Amino acid sequence: MEDRLALGDRYFSSRLLTGTGKFASNSLIGPMLAASGSQIITVALRRVDPKAPPQDNILSHIPDTVTLLPNTSGARTAKEAVRIAHIAREAGCGDFIKIEVITDMQYLLPDNHETLKATEILAKEGFIVLPYVMPDITISRRLYDAGAAAVMPLGSPIGSNLGLEMKPMIQRIIETSKLPVIVDAGIGRPSQAAEAMEMGADAVLVNTAIATARDTAIAGRAFAMAVTAGRMAYHAGMAGHSNRARASSPLTGFLRE
Amino acid sequence: MSFLTLANQYQSFDFKTYFNSIRPEDVQKTLDRGAGGLKRLETRDLLTLLSPAAEDFLEPMAQTARELTCRHFGQIISLYAPLYISDYCSNHCTYCGFNALTAFPRTRLTMEEINREARAIADTGIRHILVLTGEAPAKTPLSYLEAACRVMARYFSSIALEIFPMTQSDYQVLHRAGADSLTVYQEVYDQAVYKEVHPKGPKADYAFRLLTPERGAAAGFRAVNIGTLFGLGNPKAEAFMAGIHARYLEQAFPHVEISLSLPRMTRAGGAIAPKHLLPDKGFVQTMLAWRLFMPRLGITVSTRESAAFRDRIIHLGATRYSAGSRTDVGGYAVHTTDTTAQFEVTDTRTVAEVADMIRNNGYQPVFKDWEIF
Repeated sequence: MEDRLALGDRYFSSRLLTGTGKFASNSLIGPMLAASGSQIITVALRRVDPKAPPQDNILSHIPDTVTLLPNTSGARTAKEAVRIAHIAREAGCGDFIKIEVITDMQYLLPDNHETLKATEILAKEGFIVLPYVMPDITISRRLYDAGAAAVMPLGSPIGSNLGLEMKPMIQRIIETSKLPVIVDAGIGRPSQAAEAMEMGADAVLVNTAIATARDTAIAGRAFAMAVTAGRMAYHAGMAGHSNRARASSPLTGFLRE
Repeated sequence: MSFLTLANQYQSFDFKTYFNSIRPEDVQKTLDRGAGGLKRLETRDLLTLLSPAAEDFLEPMAQTARELTCRHFGQIISLYAPLYISDYCSNHCTYCGFNALTAFPRTRLTMEEINREARAIADTGIRHILVLTGEAPAKTPLSYLEAACRVMARYFSSIALEIFPMTQSDYQVLHRAGADSLTVYQEVYDQAVYKEVHPKGPKADYAFRLLTPERGAAAGFRAVNIGTLFGLGNPKAEAFMAGIHARYLEQAFPHVEISLSLPRMTRAGGAIAPKHLLPDKGFVQTMLAWRLFMPRLGITVSTRESAAFRDRIIHLGATRYSAGSRTDVGGYAVHTTDTTAQFEVTDTRTVAEVADMIRNNGYQPVFKDWEIF
């Protein structure tokens, strides 16, 4: 059976989601998508300008075969996120929406409470809602009840490249979530993306690390390979690890003597 | 606690002695802590990075600043243009060309003229506008500014205001009319100098001006841009005060994007000669120190700076440039002859030329980074 990522009623063979922000030029986005095979790309509605000439219009750099994931960057409240989602839909960006409600500009940390409220509203309106949240078990359950299509816990703050600082919390979400878990933000190296996938994450979203690399296409390809490798390792059921060499039964061996 | 309490604490601080006490090894320690942006730099680190000793560390500071800016903002420079709609002013700022005592024919644009100016600017691709006036509420009352915002909203995705300090409730009216950002410079944080250069008029009230960014943030603006006018006070002390003002706002209003500008006086424009010139090296040191102190801080650079200098400092932490600017009222479309400008534009390139320069430096010019909703 093919191992595909299911979001709403859609299926994807790539488990690497990418972004459009921070590129030195929008013309790098197409080659990055081709090299990485990423099938979902997020774009901040605040950056979309249908009136702009093609080279400055982000949307004109994304092939039709790639699914647009507009995000609500800039929203401070659920109400603003909902409004941005509506504008995105009217602008022809499709039914996917990544909810970003950020009230801490210093670390760009999401406001789970407002995010949940926006999810409840937009899921009812038929959007395929992907909420970006602080890793929290309770919020992940409530997002399921609210009709989200996935939960997107952050690995570490946006742009930090710190990797899975939230690892134990994300692990717990993966163990309990009925929704696909997409680790978003803070993944700075392919090895960190592989680590998230080995843990059982369903996908990862990587933007800064790819967009600010010297060669964005090769970076995209490297992340795609890491995601695939991590997914394979997860399916292979790798044994756990220990920091020490261990005798086979140091405590109970005497029973066999 | 408002920022006034903090500002008052530093009025008697002996900046000169403190700055001179900082040794190269102190700078190295701060740089080691600031590398990678993993540890938060404290107030004393900002003093260290602005000190004379840090002048020998500009290259490592620049490397860190570039990396932090790239990681948090990407290889991107956002563009905006200023639009002066009135040069009536009742203030007596001794350093300003719009000073009430300077005799020149004053202008206030009609809504129809604002519309023409806005269209001319929008035609260049600019989507973020900064609206400016002098301080003359009798000539440019709230209703006038509100109407101007509504005209602007037809053409732009973001409307920033650089007008006279207002009350929170007046700002709320303009916020509802479409304005989303506020720019206000303290001009000079040193209270003695402030008093000297603002002898009369509403601006003589130091505290009311100092707390303007707080009233704006409380009124709902999503972004607040502050700064000091280099040339009036001791530049290192002023850079420090502006830096801790930005940090204060970031803490007090975590949902607001905070930016700093570095306007600097170059020569006497019919007014007083600057007491303290900020040389290019000092400009760069200030920018770098601010970036290391606040990795997510917006840093705005206007066309007061020369084309050659602006081309270089793209890599040093700047995040926003003005382009194609006219600083005279009606300068884009309404008037064909030269009128009095608030300050001289040094980088006279067109928007397209500035955008090309940004691309040639390996950065993306971003015209639209907001949506009025």
